Amino acid sequence: MKNISRRKFIKISAAGTASLALSGILLDATPKIADFFDKDPLIESDAERTPTYCEVCFWKCAGWVYKNRKGNIQKIIGNDNDLESHGRMCPRGTGGVGFYYDEDRLKKPMIRVTDAAGNQSYKEVSWDEALDFTANKLSEIKDQFGPESIALFTHGSAGKFWSHMLNSIGSVSVAAPSYAQCRGPREVAFLTTFGVGMNSPEPTDIENSKCLVLIGAHIGENMHNGQVQEMSTLLDRGGTVITVDPRFSTAASKSKYWLPIKPATDLALLLAWIHIIINEELYDKDYIERYAYGFEQLKQHVQKYTPEWAASETELDVNLIKNTAHEMAKAAPAVIVHPGRHVTWYGDDTQRLRVVAILNALLGSFGRKGGFYFVSKAKAPSFPHKAYPQPSKTWKDMLDGKYKLAGLALASGICDATVPDATGQIKYKAWIVNGTNLIQTLPNKANTLKAINELDLLIVSDTMPTEITGYADVILPECTYLERYDMPRVSQGRYPTIALRMPAAKPKYETKPGWWIAKQIGARMKLESCYQFDDITELIDWQLKKIGSSLDELQKIGVKVMERTDNMYLLPGENRTFATNTGKIELYSTALAAEGFDPMPVYTQHKQPDSGFYRLNYGRAPMHTFSRSQNNPNLNDLMDENSVWINPKIAKMYGFTNGQEIWLKNQDGIVTSSAIKVRITERIRHDSVYMVHGFGHTAKQLTRAYGKGASDTEMITNVKYDPIMGGTGMRENFVTFLTENPNNEEVEV
Amino acid sequence: MRYAMALNIGKCVGCADCVVACQTENNVPIGYSRDWIIEKVKGEYPTLNLHFESQRCNHCETSPCVRVCPTGASHVIEGGIVKVTENECIGCGACIQACPYEARYFHPDGYVDKCTFCDHRVSQGQDPACVSVCPTYCMIFGDLDDPSSEISNILRTNDAYVLAPESGTQPHVYFFK
Repeated sequence: MKNISRRKFIKISAAGTASLALSGILLDATPKIADFFDKDPLIESDAERTPTYCEVCFWKCAGWVYKNRKGNIQKIIGNDNDLESHGRMCPRGTGGVGFYYDEDRLKKPMIRVTDAAGNQSYKEVSWDEALDFTANKLSEIKDQFGPESIALFTHGSAGKFWSHMLNSIGSVSVAAPSYAQCRGPREVAFLTTFGVGMNSPEPTDIENSKCLVLIGAHIGENMHNGQVQEMSTLLDRGGTVITVDPRFSTAASKSKYWLPIKPATDLALLLAWIHIIINEELYDKDYIERYAYGFEQLKQHVQKYTPEWAASETELDVNLIKNTAHEMAKAAPAVIVHPGRHVTWYGDDTQRLRVVAILNALLGSFGRKGGFYFVSKAKAPSFPHKAYPQPSKTWKDMLDGKYKLAGLALASGICDATVPDATGQIKYKAWIVNGTNLIQTLPNKANTLKAINELDLLIVSDTMPTEITGYADVILPECTYLERYDMPRVSQGRYPTIALRMPAAKPKYETKPGWWIAKQIGARMKLESCYQFDDITELIDWQLKKIGSSLDELQKIGVKVMERTDNMYLLPGENRTFATNTGKIELYSTALAAEGFDPMPVYTQHKQPDSGFYRLNYGRAPMHTFSRSQNNPNLNDLMDENSVWINPKIAKMYGFTNGQEIWLKNQDGIVTSSAIKVRITERIRHDSVYMVHGFGHTAKQLTRAYGKGASDTEMITNVKYDPIMGGTGMRENFVTFLTENPNNEEVEV
Repeated sequence: MRYAMALNIGKCVGCADCVVACQTENNVPIGYSRDWIIEKVKGEYPTLNLHFESQRCNHCETSPCVRVCPTGASHVIEGGIVKVTENECIGCGACIQACPYEARYFHPDGYVDKCTFCDHRVSQGQDPACVSVCPTYCMIFGDLDDPSSEISNILRTNDAYVLAPESGTQPHVYFFK
């Protein structure tokens, strides 16, 4: 097949005459968003509404899409019966309408073409041409290099259909960055301790808790809707929140105890808490005796981790460490040491989360009211299809024996395995990227671009022209979640819950639903037997009928909550077997020991910033999700750029003023593509800076987001790999400040 | 009937859901808003206080905006809600100057616009859009003339404050913790 030697980033909007129509030339004729709205207020009781579940984040709150009298989408309101939202969407869900109206959306299928002079551009093509091209290329690669050379990166509802297509040809390399770049370590930590992962949404019983402990988790800035709502009820009941964070987060401001910890020393604090709880005999003796394995080893192990030692490591007051341990014990078992979500920080993250899990075990909170409940989930059958072929190689084989306890495919692992190794062997030849902007997601952008350059084929299916789109060989524009059906949301929780998403409007432009795109490619690859449906509604109805509902029913009610037959919490004196090697809650992990890892977490010191450098911490703002929402007109209106938080003492040293534009440069000499405004605030420690993730877009076709703020991901070039499961620790990056624009040339991506 | 709003700053996380909900509910154009979030930080690291205030028109008892309006476009309706009649507004901006809360803005269609307490929803027995979406349940809307209403209860039992009390406007948006 034709080998594309270099894959240059293409500005979708500016390439050649054929694709000009995509961007500016019709601008004046393009109606403004306001034109779609009705001048008179929408009266809900008279308005047409259709059910949906939100696609802006993984919480997937169920709601109703309302149309005004003009027949246009006007607003999205939560579904009262939904256990994730309780009828209240978060700002991103409410602002979801902006994804539909965003005039920067991808509009037509496009294929990368190279002219005689070697210039590359995108050519608008028909769906038939785009699909034929995609299927032919995929078939060629499958035949030449085997199906295992094709990988899928996905973070969206259509991922199910793409992965079905991939599984049908014999590849299981399906990766979501939400694992190795986010929650993976805590999944492995809870699996090795309790025999079950946290998954999503986390089964934290905050609603009934007396004490919530947050280790760097910033509930309220991360709008994990159900948890934000439950934390609010906890505050109403006078419950205690303990927040450990070098930054005075929103959650810290609601907390009875804020522990302004020295960054990268969390493990010391957690081990000292265990020391106190064991040595002062504050642990749940009956629970530990009945369910736990390895208590005596653990007791021995933590003797050296005294509170005094931890105080010096963490720069926290020793009494604060002790008092908070006592507070947790007092609330036990109605206490939650929260597992967090984005936990890939320093490379020993699985071990840090193991301490979190062990702490919960000692407090007896796992499987207890006000601690962690046992989840219930409807058993939804997947597609009716013939058995998938046995893959000759899996993503695990591609890792060369590393990261033995990785439970899901590693997005970063696949990326690394695409770059030629010492033998020159490239393992992946084609990537399908659906709903995830890898450029702003994977650390070490240079490495990602190197991998992309090696590919024979990069397929991107998305709604927005994000950075990754500019590297595609073929762009398959997906319609937004407001314009399509997807498979029902079948979520875990206190009760089994299902929710329907159906189109509130026809797809705009020439966009298509993800299920249709994947199915069309499958059909062209002669995989008909894997698609025993013509339209997705047949599949949805089939699935819903298997779990006690129907398409017809859910179209009317949107959400159905079902009964559970098992218990949500442990019964008094219940004997229970946990899915670990010993059948017990493993304080001493036999699984980790078997693979040669520390069976009990050991503290190691991490690098602290050199003089003139500051640790880069990053996080979420309530109105944005990852790097996907910055161009949404409604959400951009709430926050259109990020800023770099700097402590006043440091700002004074540099003579900075609030709002001054600076550039960041990291320890490896990498500088931000765009400037970022200084925010001088007492809310950040002197040795670190903070910025909201997802800004600093370099794709010009994102007209609202382009060049606004700076990208934290660009600064993350030092990656601390978690040896246990391959998580990419990203918090050992340090930045310094530049006041002159270091970018001589215009930076594209 | 005297409508008022009370916001629990102990619970508000400043997420701005109220702002975007108002925008989609009331067709507020992109780039404008009828409500907004203020972050207030006090102290020095690590002895800090932080709270957010979701602010909007205070629907004042003695409303300077109504007093200065030359055409009567700014007026008070049942329940003490201050409203603007678009086609009576000449866009002179006197009300914008008079309001101590900066709660009014020039709508691009040529009139002055502001929070209406979602009177179109309130008349249907619903809460204003901002109140109804708030994920932290930090906003309470109700009738001060009804002593058994939740808001009357809250104002009786909490030490609530208002914004710019010195301006003598007798505002009806309260904050408490």
